[in-house]
Amino acid sequence: MSAPLLAAAALHVAYDGILAVQEVHLAVPAGRIVTILGPNGAGKSSLLNALMGVVPCAGCVTFAGHDLAAEGVEARVAMGLSLVPEKRELFSSMSVEDNLRLGRFRLRRGAGGEAALKKIFAMFPRLEERRHQQAGTLSGGERQMLAMGRALMGEPRLLMLDEPSLGLAPLVVRDILEAVARLRDAGVSILLVEQNARAALRIADYGYVLEGGRVVMEGPPATLQADGRIIESYLGFRAAEPA
Amino acid sequence: MDLSILLVLVQDGIVNGAIYGLLALALVIVFTVTRIIWVPIGEFVSFGALTLAMLEAGQMPGTVALTALLGLGAAAARLWAARARLTPAGVARCLLTALLPAGLAALLAWACLAWGAPQPLRILAALAIVTPMAPFLYDTLYRPMAGASVLVLLIASVALHLALQGLGLIFFGAEGSRTESLADSLLEIGPLLVTGQSLIILAVTLVLIAALALFFGHTLLGKALRATAVNRLGARLVAIPPALCGHVAFTLAGGIAALGGILISATTTLYYDTGFLIALKGFVAAVIGGLASYPLAALGALLIGLVESFAAFNASAFKEVLVFMIIIPVLLWRSWRMPAALDEGEE
Repeated sequence: MSAPLLAAAALHVAYDGILAVQEVHLAVPAGRIVTILGPNGAGKSSLLNALMGVVPCAGCVTFAGHDLAAEGVEARVAMGLSLVPEKRELFSSMSVEDNLRLGRFRLRRGAGGEAALKKIFAMFPRLEERRHQQAGTLSGGERQMLAMGRALMGEPRLLMLDEPSLGLAPLVVRDILEAVARLRDAGVSILLVEQNARAALRIADYGYVLEGGRVVMEGPPATLQADGRIIESYLGFRAAEPA
Repeated sequence: MDLSILLVLVQDGIVNGAIYGLLALALVIVFTVTRIIWVPIGEFVSFGALTLAMLEAGQMPGTVALTALLGLGAAAARLWAARARLTPAGVARCLLTALLPAGLAALLAWACLAWGAPQPLRILAALAIVTPMAPFLYDTLYRPMAGASVLVLLIASVALHLALQGLGLIFFGAEGSRTESLADSLLEIGPLLVTGQSLIILAVTLVLIAALALFFGHTLLGKALRATAVNRLGARLVAIPPALCGHVAFTLAGGIAALGGILISATTTLYYDTGFLIALKGFVAAVIGGLASYPLAALGALLIGLVESFAAFNASAFKEVLVFMIIIPVLLWRSWRMPAALDEGEE
């Protein structure tokens, strides 16, 4: 396997001296879906925010061979990293279309804006129906689609998704995760944080299990699904599986 | 009070309200985009008016030197901010964007004095001298402390206000000045005498409001500023540069304030510290709009203008007191109705 697109080594994130992420090693190969699983408060969001540069961290993060230590959020977006945060962080009083166009602000002087918009609307037809509606009036699933669409307008190489299925109906979750799988097939690498382990492992190529800020297990989906102890403690499969 | 007096008071109130409205809009732009309560906006009102007055009197205003100095400071600050990744093109851009406006201002001032210029050109020169100070001050003072709390940014603003007011006294002296009116004509509409200048003030205000609405509603840059105001983290995640938004917001606010000062200096005498009082009334109007809503702020400005003109006629000793007392019921009402509105920028 070639060098990974994104690699983190000995990553630590601390808030007011309390460690949220400790000693995490992680790699996302190009064109793959890597998922991070784990219970609430395991440090999953902190990890993504640190990789994006939204919160400070210690350790080494490289993207496409470049050290990210000195790079701010803006520079990381320019390199091709993009984060869809857990709270979506949409521009709620602006229209769906404006939200999408602003996702391309970095590339505003280049061509291809219309084509990119068309691609997003083809991927999420619901957004086209609501293109003039205010983002704040969308349903939960539409908001997630818009957040993903806005991130994709910037043509990222790696898309980081923080709990995209949070609070959504099962059918919508399926739609969103199918879209994620299609994105991977289109060449976008994905780092997917999920509490919904079963759904995430269905599309992922590799997984990490985070607990108390540490990686307690990693491997391909089959390995993770086979480990009874991990399943019971962190993934809640048994509870979800009908007897 | 008969009808003619009533009409005069209403006219006065509307004209002054228009100026307060412009300042309120400028304050809302700066606050929503950068979380800075921009107290020194009043100094820009004074600087604009008094710079024009000095150009009229054939003297070189001290603001030219200040703009040049701040331009140098801003260039240095920009280079420092970009020190991690400096390319020759980047260095040139840092220097040009800061030094070009300062050079242009000096050139215009010099041209006005050397050849004498018609009033519109002098107004343009005064705007070109005063406006760039706003983004320059953003670069040198506010940008290095961009992560600070609203309170710390406010304290910095107060300090800057005091410093600029002191400089204003040095530049322009303690005497007040008036400037030439652009239109001396008087218009008679029934019992009402309307001065040409007050029509100009209203027209400029309306054109500016329309232009701002176009800018924020229909250009990508304007939308980027709104996006930053609506969701700071979201704006960072789509790589809208905070510094770009800061520059645009401060340039708009500085220009609007200087123009406001220039407009009223033809109807009333302005001193080096008058701008602060005018800006405070603009601030009250902005607070009526929760420092967030443009239409509410504009309505508030109109209300303040009217209250002020009626207070000046009926109880002139209490004129300012009555105007500033408006803020108390407004704050009570706001904190009772929507307790979170003012704290939005603090998260």
